[in-house]
Amino acid sequence: MLRKIALLGGVYSNYLSLKEVIKDANKRKVDAIYCLGDLGAFGPHPDKVFPLLLQNNIHVVQGNYDNSIANDKDDCQCGYTDPRDNYFARLSYDYTYKNTSDEFKKWMKNLPAEIRFELGDYKVLLCHGSPRQMNEFLWETTTPTHFLEKLCGDFNADIICAAHTGIHWNRKLGGEKYFINVGVIGRPENDGNTFVGYTLLELREGKISTEYIPVEYDYKTLAEEMRKEKLPEEFIETILTGWWATCLEILPGKERAKGKY
Amino acid sequence: MKHPEIYLDALDNLWFQVSGTLCNIVCEHCFISCSPVNHSFEFMSIAQVSAYLEESVKLGVKEYYFTGGEPFMNKEILDILERTLSIGPATVLTNSMLIRPHHAKRLKEISDSSIYSLEMRVSIDGYTEEMNDVIRGKGVFKKAMTGVKLLVDNGFLPIITITKTWQDKDDDKVLTGFMDTLKSYGYARPRLKILPSLKIGKEAVRTKGYDEYEFVTHEMLEDYEIRNLICANSRIATSKGVYVCPILIDSPDAKLGESLEESMTPYELKHQACYTCYLFGAICSNFSSTSHDA
Repeated sequence: MLRKIALLGGVYSNYLSLKEVIKDANKRKVDAIYCLGDLGAFGPHPDKVFPLLLQNNIHVVQGNYDNSIANDKDDCQCGYTDPRDNYFARLSYDYTYKNTSDEFKKWMKNLPAEIRFELGDYKVLLCHGSPRQMNEFLWETTTPTHFLEKLCGDFNADIICAAHTGIHWNRKLGGEKYFINVGVIGRPENDGNTFVGYTLLELREGKISTEYIPVEYDYKTLAEEMRKEKLPEEFIETILTGWWATCLEILPGKERAKGKY
Repeated sequence: MKHPEIYLDALDNLWFQVSGTLCNIVCEHCFISCSPVNHSFEFMSIAQVSAYLEESVKLGVKEYYFTGGEPFMNKEILDILERTLSIGPATVLTNSMLIRPHHAKRLKEISDSSIYSLEMRVSIDGYTEEMNDVIRGKGVFKKAMTGVKLLVDNGFLPIITITKTWQDKDDDKVLTGFMDTLKSYGYARPRLKILPSLKIGKEAVRTKGYDEYEFVTHEMLEDYEIRNLICANSRIATSKGVYVCPILIDSPDAKLGESLEESMTPYELKHQACYTCYLFGAICSNFSSTSHDA
């Protein structure tokens, strides 16, 4: 029976942070590790992520990036709306598509859009953006509690876990329901810190508890490899400083105000 | 010919025509011809707004938008925003000319005391006095920029909303112009949103209006992301009931009911403005695309 699980979002080809997160989760003796999708983007050598997922028996939900790469789509379906954001999304997508093996693509194609299981009496639903739309952004400051409660009702879940936005948060809803954005491990959270993080979900005496676990990794090596692969300096800056330099226009006012750019 | 019908996918965005068609200025491109004397739609009271807010909770509405006319002509706007922000995020579409220091201070207090975002979307149509005022009226630019500065000084990052009235080849020049001007007013990292013009209302007079063929057809909706259309995710509450979208309130057939529940019926894309919405997608929400291809 599951009691303690690790939930991680957006790997974004960051195989170095993925290694550290797996190590940390195993040290905490989790029963299972789940990844909420977006295996590629931003980082170097997308194929280095694949064996780590398989060797460590990580259960993966399909993200919009994986859906695009696996189905030879024209873009990443990230949902950006600004021309500059789309310009950088294009560079990232073209690189990732070109450097992902057919074997990995084929595997991605068969990933499920959601994973469901029970944790004690709680029905847990894992998805990438939201249960109704793979690339929907659910930000803390633009997602009303009543909207999340409706999602729980519509999708018959007590705990909905998602990622996609890149910034973790969670909220207890009415009727002992929860929404958890688990965060991403591929790049820092636009707060000036270089670490990344994942979420632990644990059943304690029948009740649910969540904890966000910050994880340090060798971000300087990642940056060097990105530079060797001629990935945009703007992406490298984010890894080295913890501040987002691209994909900013999609942020709501309050999340944007916390960043540097 | 019957036009395509669009079903409401989910009522994600609830708009309020909070100041009716009453505006302190008269823009050359206004698609519902707002002015200080256009009483087609009146101010909404906080009681009217609250009733819709209450109904919206059980429908799972995600975002609330306030428009007009000019929302700050409505004396209850600050209380309305405070009430809204107790349940969800709010966006105000304003020309910012009526924002005084005490309004900006109260807006900051309201924003700071909510877990949700309060977005201020400020309409400015030129990065110089000459470029803006020819469309929005004499003296408007200076007053609007004063409003922007007050918002910025109070911690807001207003979304400057610009209706595109220039040629594509001038895109870079205009956008750079806006960035430079806004920075010179102390707005260090401006957020810009470009809107297409809607060739109805006064704008139909300013331009040549729509061509005869500019309608949405069934064929055009094949492989199209219908969710992008405003009528697939939004409704607008007004002093006279609930309408299908903010753009079509001048069309009698766009009224769908008195309550939100009643308004959740399919809508036929029979208007030419639907063609602009089709081309540009989700033009009314905060983070819409600037072209179909983008």
